[in-house]
Amino acid sequence: MYQILEHQKIGQNIHKLVIKAPLIAREAKPGQFVILRSYENGERIPITICDKDKERGSITLYIQEVGKSTAKIGSLKENDYIVDVVGPLGKAANIEKVGTVVTVGGGVGCAITYPETKAYKEVGNYVISIMGFRNVSFKILEDEMKSISDELYITTDDGSYGEKGFVSDKLKELINKGKKIDEVLVIGPAIMMKVVSDITKEYGIKTIASLNSIMVDGTGMCGACRIEVGGKTKFACVDGPEFDAHQVDFSLLMKRLSMYKDEEKLSYEKFINER
Amino acid sequence: MAKNKERIDMPRQEIEKRIRNFEEVALGYTEQMALLEAERCLNCKDPLCVKGCPVNVKIPEFIRLINEKKYLDALKKIKETNSLPAVCGRVCPQEEQCEAACVLSKAKKPIAIGRLERYVADWVSLMGIEEEIPQINKNNIKVAVIGSGPGGLTCAADLALMGYEVTIFEALHKAGGVLVYGIPEFRLPKRIVEREVEYLEKLGVEIKTNVVVGKSITLKDLFEEGYKAVYLGLGAGLPKFMNLKGENLLNIYSANEYLTRTNLMKAYRFPEYDTPIKKGKRVAVIGGGNVAMDAVRSALRYGASEAMIVYRRSKQELPAREEEVENAEAEGVKFNFLVNPLEFIGDENGFVKKIKLQKMELGEPDESGRRRPVPVEGSEFYLDVDVVVIAIGQTANPVLLDVTPEVKRNKWGYIEVCDEYGRTSMKGVFAGGDIVTGEATVIQAMGSGKKSALGIDEYIKTGKWV
Repeated sequence: MYQILEHQKIGQNIHKLVIKAPLIAREAKPGQFVILRSYENGERIPITICDKDKERGSITLYIQEVGKSTAKIGSLKENDYIVDVVGPLGKAANIEKVGTVVTVGGGVGCAITYPETKAYKEVGNYVISIMGFRNVSFKILEDEMKSISDELYITTDDGSYGEKGFVSDKLKELINKGKKIDEVLVIGPAIMMKVVSDITKEYGIKTIASLNSIMVDGTGMCGACRIEVGGKTKFACVDGPEFDAHQVDFSLLMKRLSMYKDEEKLSYEKFINER
Repeated sequence: MAKNKERIDMPRQEIEKRIRNFEEVALGYTEQMALLEAERCLNCKDPLCVKGCPVNVKIPEFIRLINEKKYLDALKKIKETNSLPAVCGRVCPQEEQCEAACVLSKAKKPIAIGRLERYVADWVSLMGIEEEIPQINKNNIKVAVIGSGPGGLTCAADLALMGYEVTIFEALHKAGGVLVYGIPEFRLPKRIVEREVEYLEKLGVEIKTNVVVGKSITLKDLFEEGYKAVYLGLGAGLPKFMNLKGENLLNIYSANEYLTRTNLMKAYRFPEYDTPIKKGKRVAVIGGGNVAMDAVRSALRYGASEAMIVYRRSKQELPAREEEVENAEAEGVKFNFLVNPLEFIGDENGFVKKIKLQKMELGEPDESGRRRPVPVEGSEFYLDVDVVVIAIGQTANPVLLDVTPEVKRNKWGYIEVCDEYGRTSMKGVFAGGDIVTGEATVIQAMGSGKKSALGIDEYIKTGKWV
């Protein structure tokens, strides 16, 4: 049982949770994830770790309600318990000093670009952060990102905050301005990662994406998360979750992410009706 | 009254009924059946059955106690060497082990040792009898067991009985390993595994779930925390795929995923349980082992109108237990022998809809002694499917071993051990079960867990690591 030390609701449906998990807090590195199960009949869902506090023995996660499992977690209060949290899983991000790095986060994806942006900065890169949200009510981590970025840009789809438009527009603008970019990290919805990856591919800029596949065990045992990278089958849970974005078959990833959409809808509706 | 001479059959759920539920198929002996079966035992002076058992259960002795209706004593007798009788009574391949060695097997009527073992274990729990916990003289020496499958549970139980302070680390959220994620409810009800795990806890074994050794904690950390020895019972744990075109289409599962969703996550009770599974009307399971049988029989229970086995050899070569094959046949599973998949074909949304197959014929025997399947030229054909399960085996999961180079592996990725006790190349670390031998049976893993417990005890007492 893993105690929720803090629970803060952000906007309509984003939850910032600080969870007591000392073993995970001790070992977690940027880019790694946990699998959690909120209650006895719950499913196992992967969530990438945003932050950790070794002294307090806690990890911070940002979770957006998109279905029953995430809504159920959102309904838990401070001092409640999550039945299972396991990790840190996956490979840690490969962070090196390369020069100028642009980290592109979409929605709760920003919760994952955050620790990596920090790590890129710490090893001496010039770091530009682009954060994109549907609208202002989905905005997270602005102050935190500001404090670790050399440049920070925020876009919203409807222009309710920052610049109106998509993260990909902003990235393209920077490239067109002649900014020399050595590496791009992109984390967010699969379609956004695909669009960004297509742009950087054109310009030959090395790009890393963190893939949010469906998982069950998260330790390489089941293969639910398999994806194709450079034409080869990989398991996002143990071979990733980060891969060379230019090699990733995003269209397969998107299809596989939608595999249970009917079941997810049914489950979510049942949950809402019973609530 | 004349003694019974016939092997007593075990009642099962009626076929019509059982293919619609996930409840246990085999119902177990009644007391009368158990007594009739037990009285057939010849009580041999040199019992070959005991030698045929990987953990040397004192078979004639426990059967004699059944004759005397001393069921609790019979259970204690079994537990002297086997900590999981309710499990073994159900899933051991007795026909290749103890029952194959029984002198009555010559007349094709070996004593039904497995059924009697199961009867004794079930009787005790049915009567609600609290098993006495043996007196243990604790030595306060810490030993870590990684993995809570049959090997880990056995090793932990034996070490606990010797007085060690044992902690089991399990990556999943529930203890039992393959017994909880792999073997279906209809063959091994999960409450039975829970009962065995509870018994272990009563012996003082601590079970820490949600710990992935190699990720959450390393072997080095464990030694630093004062553990004096470690047993690695990791299991195989990396599903094999076929590397065929279209293999990543939607609704194509590894057997591990299909069975984990079903057994550990209880997808058959969706949406009461949150984990979904694709049920499918035409389900093809590729492979011919016990896991393939478990998957195909699960597919039937999910309501498939066609649950099919696709196997590249013929019926004779099926590696599954005969009993499992018979059960599958009786339930209406279709067997496609001598066919091999070439490609998976999907619809516009990426869901699998057909398998392209090729007919095979048997050629010369290969290194396994089985006749090698050879493709028949120009025999390609298509099979309509909506769910596919790939059950062609597993290899070694590298999560722990990749960060532990001190533990040497062979070219297939399995751990190299240097003696029968499972000593690895890293001091204080023993290993056993599928991560050493490759895929094997529950009881073989238990046998190696037992051996390693002895090895660990000797190592800790003498400090000698050759």
